[in-house]
Amino acid sequence: MTSALEITNLRKSFGQTEIIRGVDLSVRKGERHAVIGPNGAGKSTLYNLITGRFAQTAGTVQLHGQDLRGKAPFQINRLGLSRSFQITNIFPNMSVFENIRCALLWTRGYKYSFWTLVSRKQDLTDAADEILAQINLTSRRDLPAGVLSYAEQRALEIGITIAGGADVIMLDEPTAGMSHSETDYIVELIRQVTENKTLMMVEHDMGVVFGLADRISVLVYGEIIATGTPEEVRGNPRVQEAYLGTAMEDH
Amino acid sequence: MTQTSQISASRQAPGLSLGVVMPWLLSAAALVLLPMVFTANSAITVMNQMAITIIFALAYNMLLGQGGMLSFGHAVYMGVGGFACMHIMNMSDFFAALPLPVLPIFGGLVGMGLAIVVGSFSTRSSGTVFAMISLGVGELIAACSIIIVVFFGGEEGISGDRTYGLPFFGIEFLRQIEVYYLTAFWLMLSALLMFLFSRTPIGRIANAVRDNPERAEFLGYSQRWVRFHSFVASGFFAGVAGALFAINYEILTEENLNLATSGEILLVTFLGGVGFFFGPIIGAIVFTLLRTVLGLETELWALYVGLLFLVTVMYFPGGLAGLLMMHSPAVKMKRLRSLVVPYAKVLVPGAFAIIGAACLIEMVFHLRHAPPGDHQMTLFWISFDSHTILPWTVSAVLLIGGGWLAKRFAPEMANSYHAATSLDGGGA
Ligand SMILES: Nc1ncnc2c1ncn2[C@@H]1O[C@H](COP(=O)(O)OP(=O)(O)OP(=O)(O)O)[C@@H](O)[C@H]1O
Ligand SMILES: [Mg+2]
Repeated sequence: MTSALEITNLRKSFGQTEIIRGVDLSVRKGERHAVIGPNGAGKSTLYNLITGRFAQTAGTVQLHGQDLRGKAPFQINRLGLSRSFQITNIFPNMSVFENIRCALLWTRGYKYSFWTLVSRKQDLTDAADEILAQINLTSRRDLPAGVLSYAEQRALEIGITIAGGADVIMLDEPTAGMSHSETDYIVELIRQVTENKTLMMVEHDMGVVFGLADRISVLVYGEIIATGTPEEVRGNPRVQEAYLGTAMEDH
Repeated sequence: MTQTSQISASRQAPGLSLGVVMPWLLSAAALVLLPMVFTANSAITVMNQMAITIIFALAYNMLLGQGGMLSFGHAVYMGVGGFACMHIMNMSDFFAALPLPVLPIFGGLVGMGLAIVVGSFSTRSSGTVFAMISLGVGELIAACSIIIVVFFGGEEGISGDRTYGLPFFGIEFLRQIEVYYLTAFWLMLSALLMFLFSRTPIGRIANAVRDNPERAEFLGYSQRWVRFHSFVASGFFAGVAGALFAINYEILTEENLNLATSGEILLVTFLGGVGFFFGPIIGAIVFTLLRTVLGLETELWALYVGLLFLVTVMYFPGGLAGLLMMHSPAVKMKRLRSLVVPYAKVLVPGAFAIIGAACLIEMVFHLRHAPPGDHQMTLFWISFDSHTILPWTVSAVLLIGGGWLAKRFAPEMANSYHAATSLDGGGA
């Protein structure tokens, strides 16, 4: 089985403290892989290392067999990896439509073009509208993204993340802070838009995790203590002890 | 402010709607007709100066408004473009084969070339680092102007004669009006190109990088190269403005590159409003008018412009364009009329207060700086003795009375503004 992401002995220190302490993780092509773990375990940091936001202290990250060391976020994105953020990260002053359209530009080949007018490119408009329909924001199309409700902004964040058509999608707590119905809606959306793609997802809501994930990795204190199918992970005594025991009680 | 401009951009139907084309047609018509209304040579000089400032301010706003880059040294791109054009004018054989209207292309290319060199390292970051590099480069090149005499001509600068160019359909650009139409043509062309640039993929992404550079990186764009593209394009149009300056004045000096000129264009652009494409146009028109018209009346014109700038920055960060666009909901809902009386109640006394304040300032200035024994002065077409009590009393009454009335009616004005612009305001 080929892996989309192959992480070996990844380490990251901020000053004296080592936050990621030798992570080995392989995300298979086409699977939905959840990363769970207590607050402050280093999940977002792991994401930032993979996507080039931070440089690793040691270890390697490979995307489809290619080493990502030293690559900037935009270079990694061009290799087909796209991510969302735990703290909503959109273009608040731009219209919802324009947010999506900007996310389409690079992969649709417009790059640094200064000789095409975006409004005249029907394929861009159509594709952006299609994604808006998919994330259920068509009625908000022309509003500034900053005025949307929290749940709508989260949906937009996912829309921006998937718009470019990357085949590896990394979502960081997509349902954080959402009500039950909103969560159901987002989960359905994620299921839909990651069809035939590789998904890596950080999530605290165990209902979401066990419903969506093919495999789960548990990150505790900068180390992966278990990886496996939901059943395997649920049954793992170390996981029970370190994390799931408390997390499952909440749900 | 930015919000509205962004959104109106995305609402445009693909294809050319009347709403998009109309302002351009009207502007072109106005440019053609203006010299027939204002026929005096001095008026045409002012209009030429305005056109050049507009191009420069629009180019500057490609950085500040569209790209989020604050430059303190943008005059060098205009200046160096202009100097290069002066040298072309002085290359007699080459210039004799070159029609003058083509010259701005060379100015633009030189401005762009310099922008490519400087931009290759300055656009690496935005924010303070970019601003400081622009300041350093500005200072550096301004200093070079005194050192590299061959290119910059030392203190006298470089002068030339535009009429040595290849006659263009028989026109030799001896007359001011011919230069006007050349300048107006380049104004239309540059403005249109800069507007279209903001509608291209790179133009849209420049906005995205301005708002959230990190997110743009995760969409495949290098924020640095996005800024670089805007920077280079801006350098081109600044160079075009420099060429037009060279054509109009036939002389360039160190003043064209120095930090004062760079600061001035920042002021012009901000005054007009960075959030809208047309903001810098308004800024350039108002500023040029203030400088020329007010400059004829008082030595203190820069003080008033400075005050206006301060008020704008503090109370209307969207600039004059933002102030205008604040009223677009009222226009759309056809409620502009309801604003006339409340606005007049504040603005008329306010104007008197400003006149009173200006008189006081001018009289103090006259007291301090007029030759001894010269007590006579003229303000607003009235001559009087500045050493008597009456003019001081009148001015003070204007200032205090006008200010008091304006302040008194200000809440009413604010209320009617809110009523006219909010959705439920007009009811009941
Ligand atoms: N840039 C940074 N500099 C210093 N310390 C950092 C930095 N980023 C994260 N940390 C620390 O690393 C640890 C892990 O943070 P991280 O955000 O990765 O956790 P997480 O697993 O995503 O937690 P949560 O579930 O709350 O999102 C925390 O202790 C945090 O304070
Ligand atoms: Mg996190």
